[in-house]
Amino acid sequence: MAVKSTSRQLVALNINGDAYELAVVPSHTLLEVLREDAGLTGTKHGCEQGECGLCTVLIDGRPQFSCLTLAIEAEGAEIRTVEGLATNGELHPLQQAWGETGASQCGYCTPGMLMSAQALLERNPSPNRTEIREALAGNLCRCTGYQAIIEAVELAAERMRSAA
Amino acid sequence: MAVTTEPKQGTAVVGGSDPKIDAHAKATGQTVYADDIHLPRMLVGRLLRSPHRHAKILGIDVSRASALPGVHGILTGADLPIRYGIMPVAQDEHALAIEKVRFHGDPVAAVAAIDEETADEALRLIEVEYEELAPISSIADAMKPDLPLIDSDRHGEGVGRQVNRKGTLEFGDVDGGFARADHTYEDLFFFEGNTHLPMEEHAAVAQWEPEPRGRLTVWSSTQVPHYLHRTLAKVLELAPNRIRVIATPVGGGFGGKSDPFSHEICAARLATLTGRPVKFTLTREEVFYAHRGRHPVLMRVRTGFTEDGTLTAMAFRTMLDGGAYGSYGPASVYYTGALQTVTYDVPTYKFEGVRVLTNKPPCGPKRGHGTPQPRFALECHLDKVATDLGIDPIDLRLRNLIEPYSYSINHLRVTTCGLRECIEIVDAESGWREKHGKLPYGRGVGFAVGSYLCGAGLPIYFNDMSQSEVQIKVDRGGGVTVYSMAIDIGQGSDHMLVTVVAEVLGLRPNDIALVAADTDLTPIDLGSYSSRVTFMAGNAAVQAAERMRDKVFAAVSADLGVPVEKLAARDGRIFDRDDPNIGMDWPAAVGVASVLHPPLVTAGSYKTPKLAGPYKGGGVGPSPAYSYTASIVELECDPETGVVDVERVWIAHDIGKAINRVSVEGQVVGSVYMALGEALFEEQTFRRGYLKNPSILEYRSPTFLEMPEVETFLVETDDPEGPFGAKEVGQGPLLPVIPAVANAIYDAVGVRVDEVPISPDKVVKALQEKAQGKEPRVGPKAMPEFDYGEPVKVDPPDQLSLREVLAP
Repeated sequence: MAVKSTSRQLVALNINGDAYELAVVPSHTLLEVLREDAGLTGTKHGCEQGECGLCTVLIDGRPQFSCLTLAIEAEGAEIRTVEGLATNGELHPLQQAWGETGASQCGYCTPGMLMSAQALLERNPSPNRTEIREALAGNLCRCTGYQAIIEAVELAAERMRSAA
Repeated sequence: MAVTTEPKQGTAVVGGSDPKIDAHAKATGQTVYADDIHLPRMLVGRLLRSPHRHAKILGIDVSRASALPGVHGILTGADLPIRYGIMPVAQDEHALAIEKVRFHGDPVAAVAAIDEETADEALRLIEVEYEELAPISSIADAMKPDLPLIDSDRHGEGVGRQVNRKGTLEFGDVDGGFARADHTYEDLFFFEGNTHLPMEEHAAVAQWEPEPRGRLTVWSSTQVPHYLHRTLAKVLELAPNRIRVIATPVGGGFGGKSDPFSHEICAARLATLTGRPVKFTLTREEVFYAHRGRHPVLMRVRTGFTEDGTLTAMAFRTMLDGGAYGSYGPASVYYTGALQTVTYDVPTYKFEGVRVLTNKPPCGPKRGHGTPQPRFALECHLDKVATDLGIDPIDLRLRNLIEPYSYSINHLRVTTCGLRECIEIVDAESGWREKHGKLPYGRGVGFAVGSYLCGAGLPIYFNDMSQSEVQIKVDRGGGVTVYSMAIDIGQGSDHMLVTVVAEVLGLRPNDIALVAADTDLTPIDLGSYSSRVTFMAGNAAVQAAERMRDKVFAAVSADLGVPVEKLAARDGRIFDRDDPNIGMDWPAAVGVASVLHPPLVTAGSYKTPKLAGPYKGGGVGPSPAYSYTASIVELECDPETGVVDVERVWIAHDIGKAINRVSVEGQVVGSVYMALGEALFEEQTFRRGYLKNPSILEYRSPTFLEMPEVETFLVETDDPEGPFGAKEVGQGPLLPVIPAVANAIYDAVGVRVDEVPISPDKVVKALQEKAQGKEPRVGPKAMPEFDYGEPVKVDPPDQLSLREVLAP
């Protein structure tokens, strides 16, 4: 008995300001649709159970696990992924700082971590260390011991404030 | 041969803190990891895994699964009958189980289907008939004489038949050493198993180009493309020249992607079978079954000391729970005895080790491979000895340190050793003397040291070839491309390679292109394991770069009439040292060299000196150099709840020379992080042989909230054989942190938890024992009976003065 896995429906998604019209499997998560249907493989996965934070994207400015969000739920929302951080070929201050402090080692947690950090800086341009730790506590990293990530967020925040 | 480099002083890019060359690709989502690969007509592969811990396979019926529309290929063990294993002496794995399964999660069948849902449905339709066997779930079980043999190809009776490997070695007169002691000490320790938990779930993609060309390409998140290449050739019975393995950037390895795996072999076989690309990506739960992580080890340490705190003898006994297969186990067992001797002057030493098979996910190498467990035991033991002798724990260590440029009792050649400096730094920076034994109840400091290899001295399979080779090609526009099979697993090998080449050629890291980890395109590197890449691939890269520089210098010399020995390369120019105005920029120099010394292609290689000790097992432990680390941990331990809050870690590491300071400090802090997870809560727990916590939530690892501030200090001893003097940093800094936590807990609340992880319940239990007037300790009380056999007696090394022979 074949599974009706290929019955698709059209969904209109706004991803990084681009309009996508995609035929998606209704049961597929935003994570799957981003990676497999939209070809945006920058967003990673580490558990698909909402436990690691790797798949974090911004949905209307809020960091969300794309593995726990159905793509069809995100219709009409503004979705932002790591691919949308750099603009006009210029690195975002967070991406710049990430390289300088060594906040990526293997880099697999980086896309989700960056999106959580971006959400933090949008709502709090001057976070202290405790606020950074709390905002990013849902994103796991096995390489860095987190210290370089905290330093990167502080460095980027400082530069973004002085540029503002 | 060791490669000498110059200039060692005044480097332009070595020792800097440039962002890694892969940093921005990783921060923009451009880096292509294995699961990011999508090929036309690609099928989704999935593995069916055993629901039983130990069972015979009576039959497999795939007919219903085969009939499912969208299923393109199915494999069972009969399709892949050839055994393999990472070590030549442990060829005990099948890609898919044949006749029996050895653990809950052992792969039994594989499917390739049009999509994930169809593949999963096909797995449900495969019918496997099992006959369950009694499971062996622990070291104690494995020592029982009457349980069924796990490796049914082996024969044996009674106690010891589940033994995978054992070794018994004696160096010098150990009985005499104990007889000279004023005090003899003995302790038992247990280190629970834990796993790597890489953020990236293993993935592999295979593509087959049909006959007559018949070429297989496999992309995989592997730390060891070369060993995967060999394994695929063996198991698929394909000529190696028909196989191309490309290691994709690894999203976290820590040793967990250093074995050839079922999903890689099945992807390859299904690609040849279906003629379509096939991708396997493990689920998080499957990553826990793939495992190859930290061995649970039961240990007994005995030492003899004179009244003044001088070590006279050490005897170390270990029992390793290996899980279901050999993996790196034959090396792991010797590693539990190898490196105790490279930090201290151990005058007489006995080691007895045994690894048994159990019906659990197979253990293997995790960061520190076989050495964190004995280091934990030894450093906690020494803390107790110091307390008993009334000597400060730091002073006890200082009294017994190994000398630089000496042989350890087990024939390990120690060259540079900055351990004393590391100890002095953390001692002073932490305020140890004002804190140890003097902080209020509930607060404590703990100290420990460690040492690790800069690459295993011997390759995994015996051969006399080089361990790493690097090629450099310069194009007519001046572009430099470096080719190396080293794979970046996050440790920064890509950046290390371009940095050392840039240094030699007077360029910047971002000027250099790199082609890495592709068996078709790049010359050999054995892989990213045993902290070998900076030392070995780095030396090969330096040699290739120096040969390229020689070609360019010769041409520039002829063109400008400046003697070669007066030329220098820096800031993108080749110039006369005495008159820097005389020179030319790099592209012009390349133009001249392209005429006078084509082709602009060079190569370098590295092979370790002959280092193996003259005894069986002497191949485990030798390394061209050793890194050294000392650490102090300060923490609070709540005596009511047993909860430990690590507040600060001071760590000093002898790196030889930091090629890139940010990368080196990142490895140190990352090692501290992983050590704290292992010390306090990471563990594999089993219920009746079933893994209880195969998920990220249940397998607790430290988050931002648990990670303390780390103060890192780098000691540069300028190793004469390391590239620009560099040694390793990826693994060594983990080692002292775990025992330093345990020792700090003792300092805080006066109880010993001789067992890792030190979970709150154990602390509370130890405090209860203390309150009841019992021994204030939690930990193993006995080791199972086992006959390790008569030791192989090894004469102590001839202590000819290494310093005279080797020191710069």
